[in-house]
Amino acid sequence: MTKLDINLNVNGETYPIKVEARRTLADALRDDCGLTGTHLGCEHGVCGACTVLVDDQPVRACLGFAVQFEGSQIRTVEGLADGDELHPLQQAFWDHHGLQCGFCTPGFLMLAVAVLEKNPDIDDGELRRALASNLCRCTGYQNIVKAVRAAAGAMKR
Amino acid sequence: MKPAGFEYHAPRTLGEAVQLLHRFEDDARILAGGQSLVPMMNLRLARPEHIIDINRIGELEHISTADGMLRIGALTRHNAFMTPPTDDPLGRLLAEVGRHIGHLPIRVRGTFAGSIAHADPASEWCLVAATLDAEMHAESSAGQRLIPASEFFLSSLASDLKADEVLAEVRLPLLGEGARFGFEEVSRRAGDFALTMILAVLWLDGGRIDKVRIGIGGAANRAMRAPEAEALLSGQSASPELLRRAAEAATASIDPIKDIHASAAYRRDLVRALTRRALERALA
Ligand SMILES: Cc1cc2nc3c(=O)[nH]c(=O)nc-3n(C[C@H](O)[C@H](O)[C@H](O)COP(=O)(O)OP(=O)(O)OC[C@H]3O[C@@H](n4cnc5c(N)ncnc54)[C@H](O)[C@@H]3O)c2cc1C
Ligand code: FES
Ligand code: FES
Repeated sequence: MTKLDINLNVNGETYPIKVEARRTLADALRDDCGLTGTHLGCEHGVCGACTVLVDDQPVRACLGFAVQFEGSQIRTVEGLADGDELHPLQQAFWDHHGLQCGFCTPGFLMLAVAVLEKNPDIDDGELRRALASNLCRCTGYQNIVKAVRAAAGAMKR
Repeated sequence: MKPAGFEYHAPRTLGEAVQLLHRFEDDARILAGGQSLVPMMNLRLARPEHIIDINRIGELEHISTADGMLRIGALTRHNAFMTPPTDDPLGRLLAEVGRHIGHLPIRVRGTFAGSIAHADPASEWCLVAATLDAEMHAESSAGQRLIPASEFFLSSLASDLKADEVLAEVRLPLLGEGARFGFEEVSRRAGDFALTMILAVLWLDGGRIDKVRIGIGGAANRAMRAPEAEALLSGQSASPELLRRAAEAATASIDPIKDIHASAAYRRDLVRALTRRALERALA
């Protein structure tokens, strides 16, 4: 199959890449842009490990093709920290033991960033419903909820 | 897994999309939100040779009202319904029911019309379309066609839409002031597909039920109305005994599916319990 020349804008940088049309956004980020922070678990939309932001909205990067996202602003976990300074959500995950193996973490972080940026005052019920989107197989969800709660306060400051 | 190779097309107008579909027909698939098609491609359950991506067709992203109908363009995402899209009670109904569709990232991409075209019996939007007798506006190179919901949903993942037709718009009748509804769904976890769900919509006249619609989703091979139960209720004043009989009639009207999540008998029980609850909620 022929390869297409496309430009992906990720975390404010342009990545000129050459991909087949069947290349998912997740694979393009990982293999063509070298941004391996975005993880792939199920590849059919169920686990959320591949969650990235497209124009500030959370999407499953395994359920879209890279060619579809030319012209969009993509944000991945690599764009969260400011140099050595962690994003408040990353710090909160650390502080509250919100990760263990870390496989699901980039997806949870990007989901939570989107949710909190849109609604910093989200109530507990809504927050839990939003986080139910993603799966974690080892930390458990209580600490993830706790971490996001704590970050909500920190992000408002 | 990774999807098989395909040729990618990104038309800018509905007319171009229709022409492309005409050209490739059986070898082509429309790509809307991709939240059902791409999983199937990743699992290689679908291997289209041509993908016609409609995401760049701006004219398809709209919601408007005309002639007593809410018109929903093919690119309208699930997320557009999280706040009521109209002041008519239909707006609240759509917002309440739509919250049950998957999770936020799914609702950001997935489309109303994509759900209808996909014709999953456990789709919330298919249930709404079947209950309210939606009209599907299909376009092909041969012209346009309006398909009523009663003829649209054939069975699980099968609709009356032809391989060369684009579902351009779905039209839902406004309910009018005074319409009441109740929606009940049971799923394994928040955001999962419904094992069974019931939508009841009714209009009261004095103390009596003037008109009523009952829709069943997730229980049988397609979303459908329960005409026997509706007939029992029309013109009557509601009583616990009447609701019980209506729930029984709804249960008797379906041929339930069984899968690893629930047996046929369990789905029957769900239809019985949820029909009564949805009616109670609508009457409350
Ligand atoms: C984890 C997860 C959970 C989900 N949970 C739910 C749920 O609880 N309830 C629910 O209802 N859905 C659920 N879904 C499915 C989701 O709602 C999809 O968005 C929807 O089924 C299909 O819409 P789409 O726009 O994504 O269509 P696509 O995936 O792009 O297309 C689906 C099919 O419809 C065809 N099609 C799409 N648009 C058109 C058109 N305009 N004309 C002709 N053909 C067209 C495509 O060719 C394809 O065959 C879930 C999905 C995931 C991944
Ligand atoms: S890898 Fe995308 S949702 Fe699991
Ligand atoms: S931290 Fe291991 S899966 Fe979530």
